[in-house]
Formats: sequence, structure tokens, C-alpha cells
Amino acid sequence: MRDADRVFPNLDGTADPGLDAARRRGDWDDTRALVRRGREAIQGTIRDSGLRGRGGAGFSTGLKWSFMPKEPAPGRPHYLIVNADESEPGTCKDREILRHEPHKLIEGTLLAGVGISAHTAYIYVRGEFEAERRCLEAAIAECYAAGLLGPDACESGHDFDIHVHRGAGAYICGEETGLIESLEGKKGFPRLKPPFPASAGLWGYPTTVNNVETIAAVPAILRRGAPWFGGIGRPQNTGTKLFCLSGHVERPCTVEAEMGIPLRELIEECGGGVRGGWDNLLAVIPGGSSTKVLPASACDNLQMDFDGLREAGSALGTAGVIVMDRTTDIVAAIARLSHFYWHESCGQCTPCREGTGWVSRIMDRFVAGEAAPSDLDTLESVCAQIEGHTICALGDAAAWPVQGLLAHFRDELEQRVAGSSRFLAA
Amino acid sequence: MPKLSIDGTEVEVADGTTVLRACEQAGVEIPRFCFHERLSIAGNCRMCLVEQVGVPKPVASCAMPVTEGMQILTQSERVQAAREGVMEFLLVNHPLDCPICDQGGECDLQDQALYYGRVRSRFREAKRAVSDKDFGPLVKTVMTRCIHCTRCVRFMDEVAGVPELGTMGRGEDMEIVAALEGCLHSELAGNVVDLCPVGALTSKPYAFAARPWELSHTESVDVLDGAGSAIRIDARDGRVLRVLPRVNEDINEEWIGDRSRHAVDGLAVRRLDQPWLRRNGAFEPVSWDAALAAVATALQDAAPARTAALAGDLVGLEGMAALADLMRARGVASVDCRQDGGAVGAGVPASWRFNATIAGIDRADAVLLVGTNPRREAPVINARIRRRWRATGIPIARIGPAIDLTYPVTELGDGPDALAELARGTHPFVAALGQARYPLIVVGSGALARADGAVILGLARQVAEAADAARADWNGFSVLQRCAARAGGLELGMVPAEGGLDSRGMVSAANEGGLDFLYLLGADEIDPEAFRDTFTVYQGHHADRGARRADVLLPAAAYTEQEATYVNTEGRPQRARPAHPPPGGARPDWKIPVALAARMGSPLPYDSLAGLWRRIEAAHPHLAEIGQLPPPAPLTSFGDAGGELDGAPFTEVVPDYYRTCPISRASATMAACARAVADA
Amino acid sequence: MTGDADLFPGPDRDEAERILGRYPQEHRQSAVLPLLDLAQRRHGGWLPAAVVDAVGDYLGMPSMRVRELVTFYSMFHDRPVGRYLVQVCRTTPCWLRGSDEVLAAARQELGIAPGETTPDGDFTLIEVECLGACADAPVVQINDDFHERLDGGQMRAWIHAHRGPKEG
Repeated sequence: MRDADRVFPNLDGTADPGLDAARRRGDWDDTRALVRRGREAIQGTIRDSGLRGRGGAGFSTGLKWSFMPKEPAPGRPHYLIVNADESEPGTCKDREILRHEPHKLIEGTLLAGVGISAHTAYIYVRGEFEAERRCLEAAIAECYAAGLLGPDACESGHDFDIHVHRGAGAYICGEETGLIESLEGKKGFPRLKPPFPASAGLWGYPTTVNNVETIAAVPAILRRGAPWFGGIGRPQNTGTKLFCLSGHVERPCTVEAEMGIPLRELIEECGGGVRGGWDNLLAVIPGGSSTKVLPASACDNLQMDFDGLREAGSALGTAGVIVMDRTTDIVAAIARLSHFYWHESCGQCTPCREGTGWVSRIMDRFVAGEAAPSDLDTLESVCAQIEGHTICALGDAAAWPVQGLLAHFRDELEQRVAGSSRFLAA
Repeated sequence: MPKLSIDGTEVEVADGTTVLRACEQAGVEIPRFCFHERLSIAGNCRMCLVEQVGVPKPVASCAMPVTEGMQILTQSERVQAAREGVMEFLLVNHPLDCPICDQGGECDLQDQALYYGRVRSRFREAKRAVSDKDFGPLVKTVMTRCIHCTRCVRFMDEVAGVPELGTMGRGEDMEIVAALEGCLHSELAGNVVDLCPVGALTSKPYAFAARPWELSHTESVDVLDGAGSAIRIDARDGRVLRVLPRVNEDINEEWIGDRSRHAVDGLAVRRLDQPWLRRNGAFEPVSWDAALAAVATALQDAAPARTAALAGDLVGLEGMAALADLMRARGVASVDCRQDGGAVGAGVPASWRFNATIAGIDRADAVLLVGTNPRREAPVINARIRRRWRATGIPIARIGPAIDLTYPVTELGDGPDALAELARGTHPFVAALGQARYPLIVVGSGALARADGAVILGLARQVAEAADAARADWNGFSVLQRCAARAGGLELGMVPAEGGLDSRGMVSAANEGGLDFLYLLGADEIDPEAFRDTFTVYQGHHADRGARRADVLLPAAAYTEQEATYVNTEGRPQRARPAHPPPGGARPDWKIPVALAARMGSPLPYDSLAGLWRRIEAAHPHLAEIGQLPPPAPLTSFGDAGGELDGAPFTEVVPDYYRTCPISRASATMAACARAVADA
Repeated sequence: MTGDADLFPGPDRDEAERILGRYPQEHRQSAVLPLLDLAQRRHGGWLPAAVVDAVGDYLGMPSMRVRELVTFYSMFHDRPVGRYLVQVCRTTPCWLRGSDEVLAAARQELGIAPGETTPDGDFTLIEVECLGACADAPVVQINDDFHERLDGGQMRAWIHAHRGPKEG
């Protein structure tokens, strides 16, 4: 992609994250004028840009904002919550924004706040990100000192406050209603929907929850215009996107690339290639741990965007690309993810509470080569019994990795059945 | 009024109805574990999943509001598969211990497993084991059986207002725990056993006592407080094994207090099951004939002016009516049903009834509590006040000792002076009452059962009148009677006739040697030492306080053993029914005065229950309207607002919720509860 | 432990007030996670029951509701932990890049299994799920700090350097 199209020039942190340096990168440049465009214009630009949520579900950001009431009813303030509870295995992009480009996020928070008629935003940062939280708080303090936040933010006439709220260790708080519960000082039990946050969110008031990367892209879109952002990538899959490359690549990293970049190009240009070369690739989890694993055979011409990955039978998710070479015990790799979901299940609803542990234990038996022949069918149907039956998407997220494994590596599993001659020989 | 289709049938429901409720209205049953209509919606068990046409995932019907044109399928293959999946998940970590589980036979999980369970388990892992918790003397826990529906947690939070249950840990390791081991500090804690859909929480006193199908069920009313909660008595072999609440939306909804539920083991011990006569200072068993002869002689020998009769807290209308008739026939003026010395009862029904009605609490928009602790005097009424507060945050103020009622209360003072200030209109809370459309003034026996009770009654009436609380559409002046017998006694007019002694007068007369004969009808809350020189007959079911100094003990049936009418604090007559016959030679209360009168040669004008009922009805027609509220009673002038106050603070009239009457004092379970509360 | 002064002495009191200031007065409960964190930092890295109840009192929350949180959120500890809390990420991206080796080095060097604390109370070793730094795997979080792209040797060296009475 062209350097000029980058939204996050300091993603790698080579430059100073502070306000002065951020201004030199173009942040906070006449933000007053952007605020003054007002709610409708801001919503319109974001909608027209085709920006889809970067937190995993890929829902249209402009559309999400439009679910908020037009103007706050008396006594019913609107809230913006920025979801910085980044916890999806394979995903570490928001962390780079928090510590290297905090001003993009803060400016975006102000503008998104105007876009939904909010005067207060909370940024919910995962508890473990203590260093990142300090960077963000320092940047917010700079903004208050410079009059960019607070009463009459940027002299725009719009009062705006941003508070940082720290999580305390629970993946489930990345689910937007679990996050709201947590922010209210409760266990992060996801809520039943409806009502959706746009009608009854934080403390019962209209609330929008957006991912860090989504919000941090807003200032650039407003400055450069919807056609610019919409012109990158392809329709329904527009803009630039942060990709995290982890696992067996030569240079694991988080990079910004245009939507739809071919996986191979992404890995080879940005990550220095698969360890041992492209032919050494075994499989890729393309969008964070909950997306279905794809075998190397599906990776040669894989377009890394929402539609491309959906067509390949997986999903873009958070664009956390976990690369596995041929040395990988793919069953063990997925079993670790099953363990993750078991550990992170909040316990609220039955299928996830009871199913994730069951799946994890069956997976462990496959890893150990102690599975029974019937375990294969059981695994498949237990996943199906979890999927779609839970309060939130964690249940689905726990089922998909295993379903991906079953779809593409069933023979691997069959070899792990106790007494299987191929496994014994190995 | 949105329309939807359920399994192809068009249904129209009220706005805001959930899919589950709509299905119920359409006669389609939806399985559920976590959903309970009187608790907040949790949506966690996922058993109630249904298919909404056009929606990719099944929806939880308990939480989903109906929208216009919705098409719901409850019997599709997808729904069946979803429910079977959920059922399997619920069962994988549920122990296979149904044969030793007290929930067996009335277990939602067992019942649903019949429809949605797999024939064989394919769960090869070790089942989860969860350590049991100590929830105190009433609630037995087998936590391995828990399915995490959180009904118990929600009940304690929302209804009981004692947030002592919660979930520890998360995911598969989540466990229900109590804040303090050994006790739940709520008078309603026993209800969690009814709510638990599985055998995780069962009744500790009833553990391994019976299987539900062995029990006889008798629909009756509770008499251990004045609310008149609907109960079901489960008995076997002449013994009450448990009491459960029945639904009565006007009174207890579907809760009952722990004493009402769990004092029943006291029915089996310390019973009077044959007549006794004191001879040379010691009780000797005698025949009914000998006992009645002794009583008849003493009664005939005593001058009517030196004769008295006092009824206790647990007796029904029939016993009181027969005793009053017996005494009246002898010209005895000293009869009373207020052993606590209460000042109410001077002929104006509105002065002793809970005129607002219990259901009326749901309308109240400001509450003043005067000398009452509804939490201990009538827990189900307190729960209703709490619910009203939760729903709308109404202002609630109190005059009396500051005790946690499970909702915030503005303290106005601890004694009658604060009430006098309100009556003068100088207190700020007057404004809150005045602004309220439905002000509720609850007066308890802590305010009325004292020497200046009539003055307090009068002041409370003035406060109610000043707040316009007594109108055609609303009478907020409400007396909370804490005993089951009291309102009935007052309705019957079992108060001293002209020149007669009330219970305080009886005590002083006896102390001064001015009382020769006293008939105690189940009256135990009075110091028997005062009657050491009086020939005292005690008719009742327990050898309790009233029996201590008596000369003759006449064994009577308890409320679970006889048909009797009780008037609750609202003035609503309800009928208790026998679950089994009384033990040994004990007789229904009404029969004993009737037999005594016959023995004395002046029989009463009835010798059957039907005859007695006709007589009561003739004098008090509304007492025959079983289950119905009395006609509204106007607030006429009553009380003695101008009298002298003694200024002493109101006291707690129920210091020990668990032991208030002969039955609960005989109950080992109630003793254990009192100990647990004291220790915690 | 009754008054706020005992719970949040000195400068912590100002910090507690600052935290409370982020939320509307009628939603004080929202401050509970940050306040538990603050209290945990001042009580040796773990939360004794009395401290938990005191935080509840401070916010007007039933103690049961606060205790639930302590067991729900993995960053709160209801038992003592070492001066250094060594958290080795075990999730797939770290595992693919050698977290097993890092864990084995820590186990061996400390002589304890995950979940245990060294007898001198200096180190607690636990395995944790994804720390969110997957491109810098394998990751070990020690107290507040992330140690990234570690190998077994570096893990050993760190432990060596932090042994003994001196503060790290």
C-alpha cells in the first residue's frame, strides 16, 4: 500500500507518541472544524466510507451509530465506550495504538462521541495492559492541558470527557455487553439482547461500544473523506486494516495493510515469510483464535478481507493471523485454544459453561493419543450443541476452531484415536 | 397488542409480553429452569430456546419480547435439537444420584430429562464435584447437583433483600456460595428450596423424610403470623412432614416465612394429648369426664365478676366463639382476645384492620411504619413493601427501633413523641405523606400493645386523616396484626363487656386476689405466675407457658388438625383444614366449651360446626365469606388522641422471629435457627 | 478495618477519590474494579477478605457482590502471592514460539510448579491465557511488566537477577 494511505504511521513506535509528535503526524489538525460538522455529517461520512467494526464482528460502524437516539432525551445521556479489552488470541493491534498512536484514538473518540451525541466516553483497557494504560492516560492528560478535551473541547462548543477504565482479567469483557456490566462494577456476564446497548447500555442509557482500531480510524476518514477510505480495498471491504502476524513467521509483527491483501503477500512482505519457506506452511488461523483454521492448500490465493475469508470458510475476525508451519502439532495448537475458551467461559449460560470444558477435555485426549473412536463424533456434535445456543458469541468462538480442525484436519484427529496404528508408529 | 404466530396459530398478546409468556397464553408449554415469573430474567439455562422464523439462531423465549408478526416454532427439529443439547449439558455434570435425592419426584430436571434426555450418556470425563455449603438449619445443600440457574441468588437479592448468596469463580468452576457459612439472615430463606429446580437446595429438616407421592396434601392457611398465607400441609401417618406455600396473589403470592414453613416439627412434641388435673401440686392424667367435671364445678363456684376468659394467638374463630358464648351465658364480662394488652378493638373495624389490604401495598406511594417491624411480624408483607420500594423508590419512614427492613427507611424517632409531632403537622414527613396519592400508615402492636396504646391509635388516625389517607377509593390506615387469632377475636367482639376486665385488668385482679376462675384458650404469651392463686383452665395443644400454672389441662387440636376459620390482618376470613386427626384425646377447640356447657346443664345453642358457623354468620355475615375481604370500613373517630402519652420508646415485639408461639417454641428446627442467627 | 482511612491511607485516598470521580455519583459501584486493584497493590498483591469487605463498605456494595468479583476476574488474588508474580502465557501464539521452554525454565529455576509460590515468598509462578502481545511471543508478565520474545535462557537470567533480598 502507499505510505500516504497509512492511518497509523507510528504503529511500530519509532516516533514519539506524545502530543507534539502526534500533531506533526497530522493528529488534532483543526479538529474543531471536524467537530463542527456535527453529528449527521460525521455519521454520514463514516457510513459512506464503508468502515466496518475492527473488533471481530465487522458490523458497519455508521449503521451502528445510527441506532442511537437522534438527540439525548432529558436525563438520558449518551455514552461512547471504546473497547480496548484486547484479548483474542492472535490479536495485539489495539495495544500498538494505545502505546504508539494514542492521540489517534483520543481524537477519534471525541469525533465518534460527536457522531453519537455523547459527551462522555470510557475507554475500557484490559487490566494486563498497564504500560499501555499509562501511555493512554498520559496522552489524555496532554489533551486536557491543551484544551482538546474537557469543556468546549477544541473550542468546538462540544463538552467532552474521556475516562480510562481498567479491566481486571476476563476475556469475556471484550463482549460489548459483558464489558458494560464490568464497567458497571459487576461480573462480566454478557446481557440478553434485546435490549441492545444503543437503547439501554451503560447504566441503562444509550451507548455505543466500538473497538480501538475502529475509533482510531475515524479522524483520518473524516479528514481525507469517505471516497478515500472507500477507495482502498473493495466494496464492503474498504480501508486499511491492522494485521497481526504471530506464530511461525520470520518476523512476527503488527502491520497496516490494505483490506484484501493476499495472505501470502502479507506474510512474505510484512512478516518475512513462513519459517522455512511458503511450502513449509501447514495452516493459518486468519482472524484471531475464534476463526476457523485454513490448511495451506487454501492459503495460496487467500484475500484477507471480510468476504474473501468468508468465502474460504473462515472469517476476518480481528485479523490476528496465526501462522503454523509443518512442525506444528495442529491438534495441540487447537487444543490450546479450546483450553483458552474453557478458561474464559464466564459460566453464565449452560452450553458454554458445560460444553467448553467437555470440548477441551476431548481435545486433550486427542493430543495425548487417548481418544476413543466415538470421541470424534462426540466432539463434532458437542460443538454443534454449543454453537448458536449461548447468550453471547463466546460459545460460537469456542466451537469454530474445533469445527475448522474437523473440517480440514479430520485425518489428523483420526490418527490420534487410541490404538490407531499410524499414531503408534509415529 | 402485537399479533404473532406460535406453531402456526395466531395469538394476540399485550405489549411487552415475552415469547415464553405468549406461548403459555397459547397453551404451549415451554421447558425452563432459570426462568421464574417472580424473579428477574436471567436467560442462562437456555432450555426455553425456540425458533423464530427468519432468525438464524434459536432465541431464548423467556427474555425475547414479542414483536408484531413474529413467527415462533416450538416443536421444530431445530428446537428439539437445541433443547436436547442443553439438557445433555445440564446432565453431564449432574450426579446420577436421583435415588437418594430428596427432589426426586418433584424435580424439574428429572421431568424434563424424560422428554429431552438421551438414553445413554456419552460423557466419558469425571463429573464435576462441588463441595457442599452450609446455608444454615433450613437449607440443605448438595452443590454437585447445582445447574447454576441462579434462582436462589436472585431470590435473596430481589425478594428477600438479603444479598447473602452469590456465585464464586467463573465458567465451569462457578459455585453458589453464602456470604456467611451457617446461616442465611432472612426470614424468607426457606423459599429458595422451592425455587431450586433440582436437588441442590432441599429442605434440611425434611431430609430423607418421605417421597412426595407418599404424602397427603391438604390446602390450608398459615396461622403462625397474621398475614394468613396460603399453605399446603403435607402429612403422612398422622404427622405433618412439611408445609409449603400455595399461591395467593392477594396475600403471600408464593412465598411463606420460615417459621410458617419450618416450625411444624413442633407439632409432634410437647403435645397435650389427654386431660390433666393438678392434684396436690402435681398433674395427674384424668379422663375427659373427670376433667370437665372439675372445670364445671370450679366455674359454677366462681362469681361471674371474678371469672375471666382469655384467648391466645393461634385459635380460630370457632373456639373463641364457643368460649365467648359459654362465658356470656354465665354473665361473665371479662373476656378478651388481646393477651398482649393491645388497645385496639373498641368496636370500629377500621381501627384493627389492615385497611389498605396487602395487595394494596402495590399501590402505596409513601409508607409510614409506626411501632412495627414487618420483617419479623409478617415477612411476606415486608417483601411486598420491599418490592414496591424496588419498583418505584417510594419514601418509607418509621417510628420505632431502627432495624434493617431490607429497604431504606427514614428514621423519624423511636417513640410516640415523633408520632405526636406528625399529628401536629410539624414534622417534615407530613409533606411526603400529604403529597402521596396512596399514603400507607402501618401501625403495629409495638405501638398499640401498651398502656397509652389508645392515645397512639388516635394520633395515628389523625395522621392518616391529615394525609387524606382514608377515602372512598383508598384507606391507608392499616393495623398490622401479628397473630393469626387477633383480628378474628376482634371481629367476633371478644373484648370485655361493660365492667369487664381486659387482659391487663385480669392480671392485676389476679395479683390482688380478685380473680377466682380463668379460662385460657391457648393463651401463652402472658405471665402465668400472676394466676397462681386463680383456678386456671388451660385449653390448648402444647404444654407451654399457659399450662405451667394451670389446674386443669384440656387437650385441643392444633391448626393442622381441625377445621377452623382465621381472619387475617386485612379482616379476610380463611379456613384452615385438618391434615390429620388430633393426637390421642385432643379435641377440636370449639367442641370443648360446647361439652363444658352441656356438662353444666346449660348447653350452647349448637352442637355441630355447621350450627356454630350459622351462629357466627348471623351475627357477623362477612365472616362467612371465606376468602373474601370484608366490606370497606370507614375511619370513624377512634382512639384517644387527646390522652396522655407515656413517652417510652416503642419496643421490638418480636425479638426472636423463630420462637413466638407454643408450636415454634417446641420446634427443634426453630431453636436451631435462633442459635444460628445468634452465633453468626 | 472499618474506616476509609485504613483502607486507602495517604495518597491512595486521593487516588481513590480520583477513580470515583470518573463515574456519576449514583454509580459509585463502577469504581469497584479499579479500587480493588488499588487495594490489592497496597496489601501485598492479594486481597484478604477483610479488605474486600472494606472496599464493599466504601462503595456501599454488599460484600457478596464484591467477593464475587474477586473470584471472577483473574487479576485479583484471594490468597497471598509472591513479591514477583510470574505469569507465563500458554495460549497458542506463545506456545508456537516456545512458551513451553520458558515455562520449563521458570519451573526448574524456581523449583516450583505453576500455581505455587517459592518458600521465601519471592516468586509465584502461574500459567495464564493470552496476554494480548502475540506478535511479541512468547510473553511473560511479571507484576505490571511484559517481558517479550523470551527464551528459556532469558527467563533463567531474569530469575537469577531478582533472587535474594534486594528489590528488583
